[in-house]
Amino acid sequence: MSIKKKAMWNVGLIAALLGLLFLLEQVLPSGSMLFTVLKKGAIYALVAVSMNLLNGFTGLFSLGQAGFMLLGAYTYAILTIPVESRHSVYQYFDGGIVQFAIPVPLALIAGGIVAAVFAYLIGLPVLRLKSDYLAIATLGFAEIIRAVFQWDKLGPLTNGSNLLRNFPSFRSVLYPFIVSGICIALIVMLINSTYGRAFKAIRDDEVAAEAMGINLAHHKRLAFVISSFFAGISGGLLAMYQTTIQASMFKSAMTYEILLIVVIGGIGSVTGSCISSFLFIACSEWWLRFLDNENLYIGSFHVPFLRPGFRKVVFAVVIMMMVLFYRKGIMGTKEFSVEGVSGFFQKKLGRKKAAKGGASHE
Amino acid sequence: MSRENVLKVENVTMQFGGVVAVDNMNLEVDKGEIVSLIGPNGAGKTTAFNVITGVYAPTNGAVYFKGNKIIQNHPQGKMKKLYQGENPVMYTGHHALVPTPDKITGMGIARTFQNIRLFKSQTVFENILIAKHMLRTSNIFTATFRLNAKEEAKMRAESEELLRLMELEDVRNELASSLPYGKQRHLEIARALATKPELLLLDEPAAGMNPQETLELTQFIGRIRDEFGLTIFMIEHHMDLVMEISDRIYVLDFGKPIAEGTPEEIRSNPRVIEAYLGGAQDE
Amino acid sequence: MDWISRNLPYLMAGISVGGQYALIAIGYTMVYGILRLINFAHGDIFMVAGLIVVYATTAMPIYIAIPLMIAATVFLGFMVERVAYKPLRDAPRMSIMISAIGVSYLLQNLALYVTGGLSQQYPAIPWISDTVTVLGATTKRVTLITPVLTLVLVVALVFLIKKTKIGMAMRAASRDFETSQLMGIKINSVVSMTFIIGTFLAAIGSILFFTNYTGVTPTAGAMPGLKAFVAAVFGGIGSIPGAVIGAFIIGICENIIKGLGWTTFSDAFTFALLIVILIAKPTGLFGEKVTDKV
Repeated sequence: MSIKKKAMWNVGLIAALLGLLFLLEQVLPSGSMLFTVLKKGAIYALVAVSMNLLNGFTGLFSLGQAGFMLLGAYTYAILTIPVESRHSVYQYFDGGIVQFAIPVPLALIAGGIVAAVFAYLIGLPVLRLKSDYLAIATLGFAEIIRAVFQWDKLGPLTNGSNLLRNFPSFRSVLYPFIVSGICIALIVMLINSTYGRAFKAIRDDEVAAEAMGINLAHHKRLAFVISSFFAGISGGLLAMYQTTIQASMFKSAMTYEILLIVVIGGIGSVTGSCISSFLFIACSEWWLRFLDNENLYIGSFHVPFLRPGFRKVVFAVVIMMMVLFYRKGIMGTKEFSVEGVSGFFQKKLGRKKAAKGGASHE
Repeated sequence: MSRENVLKVENVTMQFGGVVAVDNMNLEVDKGEIVSLIGPNGAGKTTAFNVITGVYAPTNGAVYFKGNKIIQNHPQGKMKKLYQGENPVMYTGHHALVPTPDKITGMGIARTFQNIRLFKSQTVFENILIAKHMLRTSNIFTATFRLNAKEEAKMRAESEELLRLMELEDVRNELASSLPYGKQRHLEIARALATKPELLLLDEPAAGMNPQETLELTQFIGRIRDEFGLTIFMIEHHMDLVMEISDRIYVLDFGKPIAEGTPEEIRSNPRVIEAYLGGAQDE
Repeated sequence: MDWISRNLPYLMAGISVGGQYALIAIGYTMVYGILRLINFAHGDIFMVAGLIVVYATTAMPIYIAIPLMIAATVFLGFMVERVAYKPLRDAPRMSIMISAIGVSYLLQNLALYVTGGLSQQYPAIPWISDTVTVLGATTKRVTLITPVLTLVLVVALVFLIKKTKIGMAMRAASRDFETSQLMGIKINSVVSMTFIIGTFLAAIGSILFFTNYTGVTPTAGAMPGLKAFVAAVFGGIGSIPGAVIGAFIIGICENIIKGLGWTTFSDAFTFALLIVILIAKPTGLFGEKVTDKV
């Protein structure tokens, strides 16, 4: 398949997807769980892909994602709360020190940049560490960032441990899809560039990569900063989705969730991360919700054990099963593509043709 | 013909804690030569390679490449007291010069590894293409937005050309880890050549090969030297290969060079015979 | 005297918390020493131990509930290893770490289900929960018992590792996993024993810890677990004395910081300390240097 044809297929598919989403929004009631899943799924897809860039493609086991999302979310919120509502939001801090608001897209990018700058500074010392030590150090940094943002002395800026609210949010499901989509596309382009190849080389064998003239410190820092930039943007989107944010939301449990999404999707597969984030959110928020219903009867049989929280238990068991028995995840390191699907069908068809005695398509 | 010096190792000592792995090594490799470094197991050959390629900073001594000093160090910190080598103060006062391996490769010294280190999850072609990354002029933005299309195309074309020259075309799209052993060695050399080196360091290129393969490798190494205008410095155990191909040979024992000369000279050198046979008798 | 009575409680609390962290940290450090695994579920097992006491004491007297809890916790630790880690022994290290995160997620959600998300009142344990006065400072007796009990247990453990056959096997396994397997050491029983000892100490630690903090929540184990791990890294992961010393240092520093009125940063401080030590001396205070072979 030629590159042009492939690109056209992809553009067509994306347009069809967006069209479908638009249509759904017209048809279904806006309170439908489907939209919750789609919105949150799109946001998590972005952060999962950004984590995959680091853990899957560069081989850096980092657990700082929640911290960078926090930075993005706070930057976004602080910069976009309308001036007139600052007084009520920052009620304990005389309306805070920031007395202006900037447009939403700029604030999202600013969130990414703040996260990236922090990542650069954090990366200077910690990127020299190996595997587990890097993981625990980045986890530690995320916790430190969280503590700093809850600090009263920074209240005029961060509102301390109080909620930030009243900032602009989105209503259409198209918004997170388009923003996440653009960001993920950028990450994919990066992965397929010569830098992406260098990242994969580092993942496969650091010593050999260095011997091939790849500057380890520089490339690891690049991956770390870029991954954090996109985590920051997804943090901003998350703030928009949730409409209120608080530093205490961004615990290490959040990072673990994202890591599980990446693992289930397949470490080293962008499409895997996307698919798995929607599945993950759908399972945890929607499909298993009936398990929380205490009065569930099948016929006249009262299903035991069901009460709020059971859903999460079942979900955790499912995740455990995946981790233990389906270690490669949904996609492994492969990518979902039009080419792959058409190749799959062509193979099947080709086999049939060959069986009939005709020449195969090759 | 004037002899142009490519690599010069000067008084290099590498000490780990109290163990001296390389002891005051001096050697030179001239342009276009194939020089071998031989010696019993544990003589410090690979350590010497790791010093030259920047994996380890030497404890003491200097390394020159094409007449320029590229590595220099002297005993520092705890090593000041522990140091057991020679010339302890010769390099003191000079700036320590300890570039990372990627810098060394950037200067034009490429290497292979004793225990093959390919990028296992990548195809043969990608392995070579990765080595081209070093020669880029693009930055991360131009690369992401494909503003470097011309350069990218050139990288790919050169990699294809290299595949052809190295007779790896037929396995172009195979995973590097799925290749047979001999081909993996070839690929490692091809990958090193992709960085366009002037000096190639081969760490036991014939390890694990049968006599037939070793013979082929011998011809292969001679061929790439001529075709790519290389200087080759290698560690090897297969004496047939070493004697056949080397212009000169250095013999290392217990970290110290004990002999240097043409294959004929080495063959008849009593110290070399003792080092090899003596070592064998101890076991 | 005034100064002492004002600051002594913080120091005592620090030593006490340090002892509790030490008991958890040993579990981390031993498991890491042998499997090179950060057992993220360890803190949650500690939390489960707390919950078992809460529920057991509603049905039985406390002197039965506590031994029962210890037995149940040890069994849980053993089962977690068998079910979630053993099948992954040949998998990449990242897989088993992710499995540990999965177990942690499962235990927390299970606790959330059982408790309904409410903080559960930890029962007052007679004698050790009593209030005592030391040099004009009032505190619970547990504060005084903890460091003593910790040291006794650590000495016993060091004795076990140095003098017994299983201890020798553990040391061999932590030095070189593959070779010790080849030398005929039953690696599975060594690993199981490691988990049993680790969870046993965490179970004791949970009694001491939760007596001081009246409530048990599903996430109550996460922070102490993480801090104990930091203590293990600080002391040089794999080293038992290192973990104990690291735990006491972290416990004391944390409470001094609380005493200074910087409570928000008591957790952050632990991590800052971790990062400093990782950068200055990546193998911790007593860790051995590992070099990669090229």
